[in-house]
Amino acid sequence: MNLKRRHWRDRLMLGVLSAATLLVLIPLFIVIAYVVVQGIGALNGDFFTKELGSPARAQMGQETGLVHTILGTMVVDLLALLLAVPLGIGAGIMLSEYPDHRLNPLLRLLNDTLNGMPAILKGLLAFALIVKPMGTFSGFAGAVALAFVMLPIIARTTESALMIIPWSIREAGLALGLPRWRVVLSTIIPTARVGLITGILIAFARAAGEAAPLLFTSFGNNYLPSHWSGWLLGPVDTLPQRLYSLAISPYKQWHEMGWAAGIILLSMVIVAFVIGRLAWSGGRVAKR
Amino acid sequence: MEQAEARKTLVTRAPYGRRPEGQTAELREMGKVRMQARSLSVHYGTAVGVRDVTLPIYNQQITALIGPSGCGKTTFLRALNRMHDQTRGARVTGQALLDGEDIYAPKIDPVIIRRRVGMVFQKPTPFPTMSIYDNVVAGLKLVGIRNTALLDEVVERALHQAALWDEVKDRLRNPGGSLSGGQQQRLSIARALAVEPEVLLMDEPTSSLDPQSTMRIEELMAELKTQVTIVIVTHNMQQASRISDHTAFFYVGDLVEFNPTRKMFTNPDEDRTEDYITGRFG
Repeated sequence: MNLKRRHWRDRLMLGVLSAATLLVLIPLFIVIAYVVVQGIGALNGDFFTKELGSPARAQMGQETGLVHTILGTMVVDLLALLLAVPLGIGAGIMLSEYPDHRLNPLLRLLNDTLNGMPAILKGLLAFALIVKPMGTFSGFAGAVALAFVMLPIIARTTESALMIIPWSIREAGLALGLPRWRVVLSTIIPTARVGLITGILIAFARAAGEAAPLLFTSFGNNYLPSHWSGWLLGPVDTLPQRLYSLAISPYKQWHEMGWAAGIILLSMVIVAFVIGRLAWSGGRVAKR
Repeated sequence: MEQAEARKTLVTRAPYGRRPEGQTAELREMGKVRMQARSLSVHYGTAVGVRDVTLPIYNQQITALIGPSGCGKTTFLRALNRMHDQTRGARVTGQALLDGEDIYAPKIDPVIIRRRVGMVFQKPTPFPTMSIYDNVVAGLKLVGIRNTALLDEVVERALHQAALWDEVKDRLRNPGGSLSGGQQQRLSIARALAVEPEVLLMDEPTSSLDPQSTMRIEELMAELKTQVTIVIVTHNMQQASRISDHTAFFYVGDLVEFNPTRKMFTNPDEDRTEDYITGRFG
């Protein structure tokens, strides 16, 4: 009797938990499905090969697309990674491996502050640091703003990825007469590499979706730059910011392109997470 | 010829210098004092781990440190190659001499001390991302020794010394973590031996091993002592009596007694030692 009731309770709890999971997943699927349904019509060859141009192009059925936005996103995001990864991993190593260093309380405070700072303020910071002195909006300024978004995430995940490596591995290295930095570089970091990669991907996914810091740094651009240096030194289009401006425009065709931009952005983030997950599980299997 | 040359570079690279030849030779004679703790204390914050220990470590002999859990034997062992430098809040006072030179003197680099005084830990600690081969030569490769012929030779020698060669010679490129616990511990020993330490500190090296692996490691220590000076912490008193030449008995942070092992286990000076050895407490 009692046993029967326990079984029944077990089933009930499982049912409740499954329902809760579904409740969380349903909105996610609705969002994805809605974005795809609304935007799929605008995804054609031109979308990936032509620049946007003036609204008239879309209205008159001329060729228009977001190739400059997709490329711009890649340039800005990759440059941001290039800036944030070495600094973030460095800060994470510092926090985890040299916990007694005099500068660490300050570093931790800065990192926590940066982590809690609204993204739009990071854009403002990059505006003051880069756009003002340069006198122009630029892809580089956008990358700096996004690097501010990535930096604290990478530093934190690096710190926790290194902290879970057993202390005994460090001692084993030191006992061989290796200097501390060598132990970190050649034994701790390789062991924690999966955690580091995951952190970088999470930071990338977070930053890739940010529009606010880009509004007054990379600014946006309806055209491909005329010279390659324009990707870095001139205003550059990026997906989240383009999505925003397409969405608030008064043109029906642009609205549809905005949804399509959403599909691309979503796929970029999903792909990043899938790669992250694969790296994670791959690392776990390899350990056995 | 080239290998002999390389070996020479390895040795000259190692920080053996600065001591006059004659003195070195004399010091390295068997049975001379190789290391010496003088009024050595280790403090953790306000607590005391080891109190005022004075103890000689004889060259090419095995010194066993015994005592109940928490008596400070591991703490003392770690003080002998400056492992406490890495422990937050730990402070060492007094002296630990290696060939007459205080390893805690201000100008001494702990990295160099740890090259001369190696350590094997209680739990096997192969580097998880490295192959068996790379684990063994980690201490050489990571300081920039790239000569493959030399490294090959070192791997074979160290694995032979650690009685692991026959079991792994066909799979040197497999990850170190793929070995069994006992093999991993012997791999850790091989790795420690590869850098040719003068003194080897072993912290309960067999406590997580089965009797067979324990036996192999004990045999190994008996062979090794012709080349290195060994200090071993052990909970197992039979082990201490089987393998060691001298035994030190620690109790709550104090060195109670230090004597030749035979005397220690047959006719100890202190009642507390006898009580512990005969199993009356601890």
